Parts: sequence; structure tokens; C-alpha cells
Amino acid sequence: MSNQATAFPRPVPAITDVSRPYWQAAREHRLELQRCDDCNEWIFYPRQVCSECLSSALSWRQVSGLGTVYSYTVMHVPPHPGLADDLPLIVAVVKLDEGPQLTTNIVGCEPENMVVDMPVTVYFDDIDESITLVKFKPL
Amino acid sequence: MSLRGKAAITGYAEMAPQKKPEGKTSLGIMAEMAREAIADAGLEKSEIDGLLTACSLSDFSMLWPSAVVEYLHLKPRYFDQVELGGASSAGMVWRAAAAIEAGMCNTVLCVVGDTWDSRLFMAKPPPFPATEAEFDAPYGMVGANPGYALIAQRHMHEFGTTPEQLAKVAVDQRTNGCANPQALFGDKRITIDDVLSSRMIAEPLHLLEIVSPATGGGAFIVTSADRARHSPNRPVYLLGAGEAGEHSSITRAPNMTHSLVKPAADHAFAMAGVSREQIDFIQPYDCYTITVLVTIEDAGFCAKGAGGRFIEEHDLTWSGDFPCNTHGGQLSFGQPGMAGGMSHVIEGVRQLMGRGGERQVDGATIGYVNGNGGIMAEQCGLILGVEA
Repeated sequence: MSNQATAFPRPVPAITDVSRPYWQAAREHRLELQRCDDCNEWIFYPRQVCSECLSSALSWRQVSGLGTVYSYTVMHVPPHPGLADDLPLIVAVVKLDEGPQLTTNIVGCEPENMVVDMPVTVYFDDIDESITLVKFKPL
Repeated sequence: MSLRGKAAITGYAEMAPQKKPEGKTSLGIMAEMAREAIADAGLEKSEIDGLLTACSLSDFSMLWPSAVVEYLHLKPRYFDQVELGGASSAGMVWRAAAAIEAGMCNTVLCVVGDTWDSRLFMAKPPPFPATEAEFDAPYGMVGANPGYALIAQRHMHEFGTTPEQLAKVAVDQRTNGCANPQALFGDKRITIDDVLSSRMIAEPLHLLEIVSPATGGGAFIVTSADRARHSPNRPVYLLGAGEAGEHSSITRAPNMTHSLVKPAADHAFAMAGVSREQIDFIQPYDCYTITVLVTIEDAGFCAKGAGGRFIEEHDLTWSGDFPCNTHGGQLSFGQPGMAGGMSHVIEGVRQLMGRGGERQVDGATIGYVNGNGGIMAEQCGLILGVEA
């Protein structure tokens, strides 16, 4: 999965103070999302205020890591030159059981076996010494 | 208060898209388009007292409207940029009408131009929202291909839409493109087999279902209904407009298959006071085949989910029973960057002025235009007509 030989580095998250707890939990192989203490809305991506009620009272909570594939595409042309070695790449949107949807990759599944709405569970991919991406695999 | 019939488009100009810049700059293209559109409307440059523009992808910068004003030596009393991605040009029409109706100015130049050079684009891509760079891009959700592929996949799953139905959009639009001398891909008709045997890019979307970036641009002139009566061209009135937004990344859209085309279109049709049956043609933003299918459904021309069958059963060519993207759409015309959505507005105006030439829709009096930006993120529906 390394692209060290290519001219383009792979796209990696530019972590902010607001999002650091999310990526730190992923590094420790836990999936944590924010939840609003006032209206109980689950929030993704990480924010300073709840996107529903605009409350600032948000807490980090661990979630199940279970969800379903809302949709997916098998990329046959690299969407980014830094991902040229990853083809065919399955880009998916996973709907977590708690509600929020994440952009992700499905691993451990041949492209021809992919099905919309299939159940998946979280898979933490340590792509380098500091970043862990939140991917999913078939349940 | 409604904008219905308050302003009209009285002139336009459009550049034939070309693959390479060939020495042109985005500002230079805008200036050429401005010159031609002003002349087409029978005006002098000094009569332009409003400007709406969209920043080119190739020269993305802040303070863009003033850069255009400076390049053209304009002295606007109202000027701004509309940044709704591919919906920007459609969004200019009602903003210009609103500024005129509010007394801010009399005549607005709406202009966009862009150049395409893949090497320069890769070296300096226009900035996307940081949230998408952080939470989408690392997984390969970069550019528009994956997002629209996700929509198509989900649409197929929910409604049984087939690859053949999607491909027919590209086929019919190519027939239109072959009647447009300005189209980048207008030499040869294609078949459904051609589309489905073209290279798979992002399942389920094939190469011929995806726009090709280009260099190009266009401009149009909006003025008050009163002033439009003195136009050398048949005035094309804004009858209705509607806009909608809810997400940026398609991952955060509440529903991937039910788009915001619907609220935008509903608002536009209500303002215009016309029914879907009165529409003589549609010019829906087409970055992909699936975009057209979803727009046909959500604009209310068929039931939700029935778009595939609708496309199968109707002839989308300029002489067909449901003329759609009569210039070929961007799929055949080419997508000149931020100016891509300009082509749908101009083709709508061209048809209503009766200047469609070989591809003129007989007796066209009312048309629907939709601008779409990002991954179905910005929607602007317009109803244009020949009578105020």
C-alpha cells in the first residue's frame, strides 16, 4: 500500500484541533464520534457545535463500528495520483448503525462481491507511523 | 414580490470549447465573450452597469470580480461573483434580475471563462473545503467521479435503473452534439454499445458517461423588461427561479438519490406559474449521465425512480418528444471548467430566441434550465420564456 516510489504522496488527513480526538481514537483502533449532550444528535465529521441544535456541549463517545454500505464504487482509474497503486479501489459511503455516514474504503472484499446495503464492520488501517484510516470490511 | 417577467436576457456569446488553452487565458476569454455578448445585445460597453462572474478554476483567486472589472475597464454599480460550482451561471440569471428590480443597476453582464491544462491543474488544483480534504480525500473521494458513481450505484439498487438507460442519455445528447458545430465531440454519433464498451472509470460509470474538461467560456446580458423591448434579439424573460443546497460532500447528503433539484424546480415552476407539460425543452446540467436522469425525475417530468424507463421511452434529441440538452450537453459540447454551466443557460436562450439553427426546437416558447454544482450540492432551476 506504499506509494513512496511515486512522485505524488497519497492524500492524508490534515488534522485540526477539533478533529484530533477522532484520529487519535482511530490510531488506538477505536471508533469515536461526537454526540450532542443537549439534543443527542450523533455528529460526523467533528465540529465545534452541534449541526442540529448549534449547542457547544459535545462529548466523544465510542460507537459500535457496525454499519451498512449505503453505496460504493469500484475505481478503475486513480481518483488521485497518490492512490495509483491502490486500484481497483472500492470507495464507499458507510451508514453507521448510530446514523452518521462516512466516506471510506471497503477492504477484504473482492469488487464483484460488493452489494449495496451489505453489513460491514470497522477496520483500522495504519497507513503510516502517525495516520490510521477508518475503513470497513464485510461482517 | 416575484421576479417573474421583470428582466430578460437580450444577447449572448459562446466560445466553441477546445481541449487546450492555445494561448488564451480565462480573463482573456471572458473579455472576448463580453465583447461579443454586448454587441449581440446591441449595446455599448458603457451601458453595462452590472457584472456577475464566476472565478475560473484555472485562476482561482480572491477578489475575482474586481479583477474582471479591471481587465474590462467596467464601472459597475453592482458586481459580485456567484460561486455555486456548475450552478453559478444559472444562479447569475435571477441575481441579475433581482439587482435590476431592486434598482441597483440596469444591465448586467454575466460572464465566465476558463482554461484547461491537465498538467497545470494537477500542479495547482483549486482548493476544496478542508473538511473534504480531511475526511473524504484520503479514501479516494477526490474530484467528481466517485461521488456521481455512488449516486448511480445507489439509484440502480433502489430503482432498478440499468446501464443501458443511463447510456441512452449520452447517445441522444451526442446526436444533438452532432447538430452543433461548436461541440467538442460532434463528429460522430454513438450507440449504447459504444458507451457501455468504453472504458470503465468508476463503476457503474463509463468514459462516455463523463464530461471531458475543456477550455471555453460564454456570456449573456440581462436587462430590465422595459429595456429589453429595444433589443435586436427576441427577449428571453426570466419567468421563475429556485435554488437549494444542503450538503457539500455527497457523503453528507441526507439522501443520495433524491436530489435538491426538486425544491429548486418546484420554486421555479411556482414562480413562473407554468406546468411541466408546458415545457418545450430542458437543458439540465450534465456532468454525468446519472445527473440528467436524476434531474428529469426530481424536476418532476416523471415519477421518482422512473427516470430510467422515461429515458428509454422518450427521444431526448432536439427533434424528439422530449428535447434535452439540445446543444449536446457538456457530454458532447465539452465542459469548460467553471463555464460549463453557462452552456445550458445559453442554449436555453438560443432556442427561445429561435437561433438554434439546424437543431432548433420547433415553436419553443418555454424552457427549463437547471444548474448543478459540486456533487449535486448546488441546484438552481430556471424557467425561461418568450413572453413576460
